[in-house]
Amino acid sequence: MITTKHYPNRLGIWGWLGGGRWGFERYLYTLHRLTGLGLLAYFLMHIVLTTSRTLGPDAWARAMKAVEGPAFVLGEYLVFAAFALHALNGVRLVLLELGVGVGKPIEPVYPYRTSVHVQRPLAVGVMLLAAAVAIIGGLDFFILK
Amino acid sequence: MRDQKLWTWHVAAGVLILVFLGLHMVIMHLTRTVGIGNPAGGHAVDWGNVVARGKSLFFMLTYVLLLGAALFHGLYGLRNIVCELGPPAGLKKAINALLLVGGLGLFGLGTWAAIASFQLARSL
Repeated sequence: MITTKHYPNRLGIWGWLGGGRWGFERYLYTLHRLTGLGLLAYFLMHIVLTTSRTLGPDAWARAMKAVEGPAFVLGEYLVFAAFALHALNGVRLVLLELGVGVGKPIEPVYPYRTSVHVQRPLAVGVMLLAAAVAIIGGLDFFILK
Repeated sequence: MRDQKLWTWHVAAGVLILVFLGLHMVIMHLTRTVGIGNPAGGHAVDWGNVVARGKSLFFMLTYVLLLGAALFHGLYGLRNIVCELGPPAGLKKAINALLLVGGLGLFGLGTWAAIASFQLARSL
């Protein structure tokens, strides 16, 4: 049987803000959580709002009218960009969980080396991809109207 | 063991969401750069497009699948964040119950809406 020790989470949410020696991947951890919470909040409202389509075209038009305007377009774009970041960082996390891109195990000989540097190209790669998706989305939202 | 299973489902739901929410985002938001899933033309939320997608069994089934996967993934993620802060056992139980009941309620509402709009679209 696996037993685990539980340590008090002294920093709480404030612990999300400090990257410490973990650097880039730690900030991705914070962004993953923030985008996840944002997407969840949007999704819960989205479920309720889109039920209006069951009441016919007039109810649907009223619901869509309630969420139009530049502020909502910007908000929707932020949701789109958050999805791109959360999804592609999620792909990275699944790959790491499956042992892909973490390098081969090495002897713990001083000076110790961390596998974080082996993982870095994957982190940079998925973020560049997320940026590309966000830019394509930006074209659709704001430029090619 | 229970948390390990739930975590595996959380990851599996994430993969499913990546596919179907990815498709949903492309259809709803990349109408000019990609332009799929909107046979009536114009904006993705125009009633003609809503009806056209609503008639499709594929869209109805994947909406329900995506709804369930996204609710589980999101609410389980929220539960993990909250539980990581070390709430007392009683509060933790109450949070679990609230998220479970809220999640099931929203799943019921969303599933009913997907089926009702499918029937409405087919009747038009």
